[in-house]
Amino acid sequence: MNSLSIIMAAGDGGAGKVKVFSPLDFSTFPSQLFWLFLSFGILLFLLSKVLLPRLGGILEERSNRIADDLDSAARMQREAEQAGKAYEQSLSDARAKAHNVAETTRASVNAELEAELLMADEQTAKQTAQAEAKIQATREAAMANVDEIAAETAQALTQHLFTKKVTITAVRKAIKALG
Amino acid sequence: MAAEAGKQFDPVRQFDIHKMVDIQVGKYDISFTNSSFMMVVAVAAICLFLFLSTTKKSLIPGRFQSLAEISYEFVANMVRSTAGRDGLQFFPFVYAIFMFILFANIFGLIPFFFTTTSHIIVTFALAMMVMVTVLIVGFWKNGFGFLKLFNPSGVPLILKVLLVTPLEIISFISRPLSHSIRLWANMLAGHIMLKLFASFGIAMAVGLSGIFKIGAIAPAIMTIALTPLEILVAFLQAYVFAILTSVYLNDALNPGH
Repeated sequence: MNSLSIIMAAGDGGAGKVKVFSPLDFSTFPSQLFWLFLSFGILLFLLSKVLLPRLGGILEERSNRIADDLDSAARMQREAEQAGKAYEQSLSDARAKAHNVAETTRASVNAELEAELLMADEQTAKQTAQAEAKIQATREAAMANVDEIAAETAQALTQHLFTKKVTITAVRKAIKALG
Repeated sequence: MAAEAGKQFDPVRQFDIHKMVDIQVGKYDISFTNSSFMMVVAVAAICLFLFLSTTKKSLIPGRFQSLAEISYEFVANMVRSTAGRDGLQFFPFVYAIFMFILFANIFGLIPFFFTTTSHIIVTFALAMMVMVTVLIVGFWKNGFGFLKLFNPSGVPLILKVLLVTPLEIISFISRPLSHSIRLWANMLAGHIMLKLFASFGIAMAVGLSGIFKIGAIAPAIMTIALTPLEILVAFLQAYVFAILTSVYLNDALNPGH
């Protein structure tokens, strides 16, 4: 232990009596080893049998709980998505139905309208034809009358012209009256 | 008086071991010492912390339960990512190592508290525990297939015989040494440094006269600056020890890779 003594002597400033540098003092080794193995053994035993399983259990429980929560959250989300889809489906169904109803209503209204229009047209055409026939008859009658009147007028004129004498003064008077 | 003062400021005295209860078994001295006391304190603190923080078993964790859960998942992720799913059977072991070293390191930073991990025998014993576990698991799971660890695939034969295999064997054997000395040296150096600067500050404040006492501020600031660094180192070394443990366990479980 000579070299150790020298180290210690230097550390002691050369003042006190020569003593071994204590971390390398072999005389303390049995005691240190004994107490180290005893305390470390107890520590290892307690850790592996009691404390670490306890701590690990807490951690495991938490991770299980988190996994469970995540699972149920995912399930709920799936359910919500399904509900959303069903809603969407019924909405589009209703929309299609409403569209159908509107379409059929419009078609029937159109058909009715068409029929009524057709009927009105027919009636109008009939009335127009009757009126035209009446006008034709009236006109023909009128035309026949006009021939008669013309004949009578011509007869009266010619009779008047060829039976009366016309004086020059009367003619001049007439011209003047025209002028 | 001068010798007394020198003793007080000696940065190595903080690693001294004092007997609290003298116990002798045969020719072995297994007295309960301040080091044993701090081991028991660390173990008790870990168990109490984990027990009390999980009494409520709340779904939504409180502060302490949250801390316990973070430590659990931190180590579990570490083991899973380095040693795979198979490695999780060693999770309690890695967790115990991580928490024990972390608590021992952190408690050691409290003034006047002893740092268990500043003794090479403690860190070496922890490293040997890992080594022995790796050896047992390696041979138990793979039989002689465990020796594939020294026979990596895809290396030319001549290179393998001359260079790779000897290097692999040396690195495997030196693992417990590097594993334990890394932690021990970090703790030792950090504590010596802290103690040095703190005692400089006190010595200057006491020893210097008048206006010169202001000079004590410099080492005091250094002490304050070093403390968070040491807290970081305390955590980091526990992390490094635990992750290397999982890496070595991975070698035991899958020696071919």
